[in-house]
Amino acid sequence: MSVELLAWLVPLPPVLAFFIILLFTKRNNRLSHIVGLGAMLLSWAMGLTLFVAAVSTEGLAENPITSSVPWLPTGSTWLEMGILVDPLSAATLFFVVWTCLAIFVYSVGYHNFGHQRDPADKPGLPPHAGGVDPIYARFFAFIALFAFGMLVLVLADNLLLLFMGWEIMGLCSYLLIGFWFAKDSAKRAAVKAFLTTRVGDVFFLLGIAYLYSATGTLNYQAILGNEEVLHQLASTPAILGLSAATLIGLLIFIGTVGKSAQFPLHVWLPDAMEGPTPVSAMIHAATMVSAGVFLLLRMFPLLTVGFEPGHGLTTTMTVIAVIGTFTALFAATIAVAQNDVKRVLAYSTISQLGYMVAAVGVGAFVAATFHLITHAFFKALLFLGSGSVIHGMEHGAHKSQDHVDPQDMLNMGGLRKRMPITFWTFLLGGLALAGFPIVTAGFWSKDEILSAAFGENRIVFLVLALSALLTAFYTMRQISLTFLGKPRTAAAEHAHESTWTMTLPLIVLAFFSVTVGWTGIKRDFPVIGGIVPPWLEELLGSMVHGEGHAAGFAFTPLATSLVVALGGLGLGWLVYRRITAESGDPLVRWLGPVHTLLRRKYYVDEFYAVAFVRPAYWFADKVAYWFIDRKVIDGVLHAVARSVLAVGAFLRKYIDLLVVNGFGDLVGGGTKRFGGWLRYVQTGRVQGYLIAGMAFAVLLLSYLALTRP
Amino acid sequence: MIPLSWYLALAGALFCIGLYGVLARRNAVAILMGIELMLNAVNINLIAFWRYVTPAQISGQAFAIMVFAVAASEAAVGLALIISIYRRRMTVVAEEIDMLKW
Repeated sequence: MSVELLAWLVPLPPVLAFFIILLFTKRNNRLSHIVGLGAMLLSWAMGLTLFVAAVSTEGLAENPITSSVPWLPTGSTWLEMGILVDPLSAATLFFVVWTCLAIFVYSVGYHNFGHQRDPADKPGLPPHAGGVDPIYARFFAFIALFAFGMLVLVLADNLLLLFMGWEIMGLCSYLLIGFWFAKDSAKRAAVKAFLTTRVGDVFFLLGIAYLYSATGTLNYQAILGNEEVLHQLASTPAILGLSAATLIGLLIFIGTVGKSAQFPLHVWLPDAMEGPTPVSAMIHAATMVSAGVFLLLRMFPLLTVGFEPGHGLTTTMTVIAVIGTFTALFAATIAVAQNDVKRVLAYSTISQLGYMVAAVGVGAFVAATFHLITHAFFKALLFLGSGSVIHGMEHGAHKSQDHVDPQDMLNMGGLRKRMPITFWTFLLGGLALAGFPIVTAGFWSKDEILSAAFGENRIVFLVLALSALLTAFYTMRQISLTFLGKPRTAAAEHAHESTWTMTLPLIVLAFFSVTVGWTGIKRDFPVIGGIVPPWLEELLGSMVHGEGHAAGFAFTPLATSLVVALGGLGLGWLVYRRITAESGDPLVRWLGPVHTLLRRKYYVDEFYAVAFVRPAYWFADKVAYWFIDRKVIDGVLHAVARSVLAVGAFLRKYIDLLVVNGFGDLVGGGTKRFGGWLRYVQTGRVQGYLIAGMAFAVLLLSYLALTRP
Repeated sequence: MIPLSWYLALAGALFCIGLYGVLARRNAVAILMGIELMLNAVNINLIAFWRYVTPAQISGQAFAIMVFAVAASEAAVGLALIISIYRRRMTVVAEEIDMLKW
């Protein structure tokens, strides 16, 4: 089988699984997850084969694996759809298939497969006593479609196909966040996620349209691999003194802001935690949010056109860097004050995505990609770990009849003894997130972003370092509150380890959370540089021709990342190691109103509610419904109806009754009257008739005789 | 030889007598007899025209015989009708047989 064919086939099994499950096997849970898992396993195997084939290709960056088919006739040319496997998509594919597979396996355990269905459970609500989910099969259909969307997005060779994958994921994210649709909060979160990302998508689509009108193609290689096109885009003026390249770059970036939950469109992501935990892992780690950053990396040559390392940032890059950096710090500060185990991770995801975006903003392509990959592994691990914790807590709550919120970290504590596998894997994931030096993957990728920022812009560097400190702090806070100390509730006391289908993915992901980082250790790093060849780094570096990975080893950023990681972890441990049920969170006392501000997420949701949601409701109710619908449209309709009635009444009165009926009556009545007169002729006397006949004959004959020529 | 016009005059007179009988008599049988007179007046015409205008052909005689046959059957049907009416209404007066009146 050729490599190109393989690349075409990789996304296929999940979408087939989606249809098979929905159409045929929905009623059978076992068959459904076999179909879903089997499809993912097939994709995984093909994806890894493709990955190996791709990385073993010499000069993959210059000669990527491509294949396309003419798809849509556009006048004299064809819009081509195809696949492209270059270092970026190969690396992305690697983590996507691994995390997706892990999440698929995890979902089996998470949705309590193998337990009896509890008759009290209703479809659309989480099982309340450990029974299998009533709509178990549907979940696998949705995540299969989701995986399909992501694989399409990764392997696409043009922006339109990417956008299709992007939108499929948007749909699936809506369906999956709202998987427990009978919960009002889940329903709202699903709508919020869909609408918020939609804002970004619209701008993204505008960017695509503008790019297409400017270049006549959406193929990456035709645009990004062509210096002339890039140069021409950069020199074409658009509006507001921006060049076409800048405007397109900004529009595409807004798409990323929506999808990757950057400020100010980040609000949907924390709410999306209403979905089942595997969904949180899928959307917030492996796939959808990564897609935004992946898009930025994909369009990197366009975004950074005109950028020379060390000579200041271009407009596009400045915007990207500012948004990314701000989001990184902003979300990290919120994460410090959250008590919901999943919300902490959600804000940490936003923060880490901000890191990647900032890295793109300072032109650090390799660092951003590297962090994207490591983050996908350790964040998927953390989410799945938190799901395992919640599962254990739910079980404990059910068993001890102590019905506390199973997601509130203040109700946990001491879980390391009850859930050892979850604890150790979560610890590894947490350390990776915090950037624990040398061992974890997060350290290497974060360090690389910091050193790139250090070389380019000191402010970005400082803010990112501060967020790294906060990251380490809230990570340790989470680990301490969840696993260390003593159980603070009876539910935590009775928690138990999850089944193997849930712990096995944790172990696999923990393995990658550690080892993936080693493929990016720079050769000139002291002591351990070069022990593991940095092939991932070099593979990705080959895409950018000297740009981006120029930042070599530097001491200051390394020292900074060591200090912030260890300092944050140490601080978190000091503050939170001895929290009891009574003492509560010491930060509340120390920060006072600031803590409230952070806990309420800077009131962004409230602000949006006042600024957008309520005006939208008001507009919908008063303007759209009451004025336009009731007054204008109904008014016009009623006016039309009334005038039609009036015309009808007029026609009836003066045309129908008078003319038509009159004429009809005239004909009928006239005939009748005439007949009435005429019947007197009918005397019944034969001789009378004869006389008449004679008279007529005489008349006729005399006429003929007279007129005879 | 007697000129054609005399025959025509005879036929005309006979027709008028018959017509008068048909129109003026009240008895249905007498009306029928008047009709016979009119038919025979026509026969005289037919024969006279044949003899004087086209003696080589026999169409006049043929027509006359046809009229005899028709007159005979007509008289038979007519008398039968009159008898039938008489049996029902005990009258043969034409103006009393006005069942087709409005």
